[in-house]
Amino acid sequence: MLAHEFMRNALVAGTFVALACGLVGYFVVLRAQVFAGDALSHVAFTGALAAAVLGLDIRAGLFATTILGGVALGVLGDRARADDVVIGSLFAWTLGLGVLFLSIFTTKSSAANGTAGVRVLFGSIFGLSASDVRTSIVLAVVVSTLLLAIARPLLFASLDTAVAAAQGVPVRMLGLGFLALVGVVAAQASQAVGALLLLGLLAAPAGAAHRLTTNPYRGLALAAVLAVASVWIGLTLSYAFPTLPPSTMVIAAAVGIYALAVAATAARYPQATWHRLTSHRHVPAAAGHAHDDP
Amino acid sequence: MVDAAIFQGLSWNPVTDVHELFSFQFMVNALEAGTIVAVMAGVTGWFMVLRRQTFAGHTLSVIAFPGAAAASLAGLPVALGYFSFCGLGALLLAGIAGSRRSLAAESAAIGSLQALALALGFLFVNLYHGVLNGLDSLLFGTFLGITSRQVTVLLVVAAAAVTLVVLAARPLFFASVDADVARARGVPVGALGFAFLLVLGLSVAATSQITGALLVFALLVTPAATAQQLTSRPALGIVVSFAIALAATWLGLALAYFSIYPVGFYVTSLSFALYVLVRVSRVLAGRRRRSAPAPQPA
Amino acid sequence: MNRAATAATPEESAAAVGAAPAVVFERAAARLGVRRIWSDLSLAIPHGEFVAILGPNGAGKSTLLRAILGLLPLDAGRASVLGKPPGQANDRIGYLPQRRNFDAGTRIRGVEVVRLGLDGARWGIPIPGLPSRAREAARVAEVIDLVGATGYARKPIGELSGGEQQRLLIAQALVRRPGLLLLDEPLDSLDLPNQAAVAALVRRICREENVAVLLVAHDINPIFSYLDRVVYIAEGAAVEGRPEEVISSETLSRLYGVPIEVLRASDGRLVVVGQPEAPFVHGDRHAHG
Repeated sequence: MLAHEFMRNALVAGTFVALACGLVGYFVVLRAQVFAGDALSHVAFTGALAAAVLGLDIRAGLFATTILGGVALGVLGDRARADDVVIGSLFAWTLGLGVLFLSIFTTKSSAANGTAGVRVLFGSIFGLSASDVRTSIVLAVVVSTLLLAIARPLLFASLDTAVAAAQGVPVRMLGLGFLALVGVVAAQASQAVGALLLLGLLAAPAGAAHRLTTNPYRGLALAAVLAVASVWIGLTLSYAFPTLPPSTMVIAAAVGIYALAVAATAARYPQATWHRLTSHRHVPAAAGHAHDDP
Repeated sequence: MVDAAIFQGLSWNPVTDVHELFSFQFMVNALEAGTIVAVMAGVTGWFMVLRRQTFAGHTLSVIAFPGAAAASLAGLPVALGYFSFCGLGALLLAGIAGSRRSLAAESAAIGSLQALALALGFLFVNLYHGVLNGLDSLLFGTFLGITSRQVTVLLVVAAAAVTLVVLAARPLFFASVDADVARARGVPVGALGFAFLLVLGLSVAATSQITGALLVFALLVTPAATAQQLTSRPALGIVVSFAIALAATWLGLALAYFSIYPVGFYVTSLSFALYVLVRVSRVLAGRRRRSAPAPQPA
Repeated sequence: MNRAATAATPEESAAAVGAAPAVVFERAAARLGVRRIWSDLSLAIPHGEFVAILGPNGAGKSTLLRAILGLLPLDAGRASVLGKPPGQANDRIGYLPQRRNFDAGTRIRGVEVVRLGLDGARWGIPIPGLPSRAREAARVAEVIDLVGATGYARKPIGELSGGEQQRLLIAQALVRRPGLLLLDEPLDSLDLPNQAAVAALVRRICREENVAVLLVAHDINPIFSYLDRVVYIAEGAAVEGRPEEVISSETLSRLYGVPIEVLRASDGRLVVVGQPEAPFVHGDRHAHG
């Protein structure tokens, strides 16, 4: 299997992209910003195709739009939540716009471009060149390093915003910077598993890591490891059974691992429930407040 | 500026154009289907926006994609795939999001489900076609190839769904706006929530057949959101929601017919444009009201 | 009223006994937008005292805390916090803002949340094996023990009850051995037994660690017996003094400018009647048992 260059390229690039996805994804889940990944996947799709229509490098469109999109999400502020209709409508329209570009692009050029749309949607990890791999490695290393550098204050800001601010943590800038990082990772993952599936690589390994450990630094490492494992498992399966597309298998592996983690820890819940029942607990309306915010 | 290349076949005489629209059976079917879908989406979507379940709705629509693809693969009618997968998806979502305890854990699970659904759909399309020409229409909608039988199925499902919602409208409204008080007054909040998710699944499956699995938001959410900006009265809001969805669908279908661009783009853009228009005018109106001097308390 | 045996605490604050007060405000004023919240506010809080900040909603209690933290610049007057201008000594201040509970699915354990109070503002990630880590871990364990949370500190914080989360957050505020502890409505979401327990805990910390504590509350009853001093803010002005002096009909009437009655119910609870804002009987809001 490793004798083939396309496979080696896919594995190497995939490993590094997964590493970045896992690290960034851990915080995405912690900060309940998964829907931002969804929004960015629409932006990635549209940005890539807009670039294609304009005759630019698809990657330029990808990165420019996802980073801008990430920052825009941050600027739109704390009111940005998963069920926020404004944000949802905006990004749904972005997707519609992308459909337009796809249509323009496929009719404008010849048959070869018919697959460009599919590549943007579902990735092209088996079609990476050596320079693609090099770029992926560099970007992933930069993103991962930056994320590890801000990990502690970001954790603080995510859990205890006001206290962190009082201690001088630049909460708002961190939030924006983080979303820019999410944008970069989204663009990278787009090339690997496609714009539509990148959400899975952000959410599933991180979701599993959150279930499996309560130590945030171990959780970070675990999310990265599980993401990389998903890529390896997925790509191997896809190689062994060529009718199975690589992006599908990677996501299936990631979600499968997540499901296993949920099952493995579900047994733990009877204990937590017992603890909740036996400790003196003011039945909080706070749990209800979580989804009542305007 | 309208380019002749974009709009083909447009004679610019409204009467002949509309006449042409109705001259093809597939187009009539599409318009009928669109109308039925608009009613369903307008009603269900209004409640979905009220209950702040738009992310769940979006995920449900995504689940329609593997459903349709699996049905094609198995040689079954596509509608069966749509409805069964969306129904299943609704059950899954009710399980994940039922307790509404944790936003973070919930959205990680929903996001993963969404990605998995799309991944599986891609797999099925691959297996079925070998070539991916069905992908576009499944994801982004089509007005071609809607059969009369599909229209009938849509009609039946929509009638059932809308009737259910109308019957349960008052308790559902109560439960959506103030769950705790409603529960205290004996409203079966949990059961209603669960039933609503099922109805939502049906609506999503129906809408996907026009707009495609990815653009359901355009009919299910945006018109309802616009309506809720315009009025807070439920009955009026639902009617407005339906009216906007209907207009977007018809206009979108007409535009898509005469041009080479997909219907999904037009429908999304039309409903979004109207939403933005309404929101911006409200903001401007609010500013004008506030800039009028008001007496200051001592 | 005796202070804690200060020789027992090996902290720098021991040297501060007899030194300048922890918090001094001289004729200070604060403004939010165009509105003056309070003005001509003067107070002097000595080290190691347990002080309540009371007043009706909107009076500016949280604003006072923010002014102490330097998050809100003063519109007039002077202030000094732990000997420095507000905002410059924040690493010696423990802060517990008003908050809702953690998302129930927060899978970070309490120990980590407390540790963030110690190193959360430092960049990077903790590097295993450094000698300082052992010291920091010991301090975290010590402060968790101080608040009585050792039993559940290793559980995910989202699964804990409101009172348990509150204790861990107090530990987080204490982990850096602050000279001043600011608590904004910490008892608000707790049931009665927990309110009493947390109030007693705060008082114990105040004495044992020689920490000045400023606790914002809207109901004085759970903490009345523990207090050394009260700052009552209302109608844009403030009164400071011993609890019995401040919570009295004369003082409050003077402060509000309208007749106020302070009544003592049969079970000893105080009820303030006659405030311009609709009065509610304190104490039975949390009748959940």
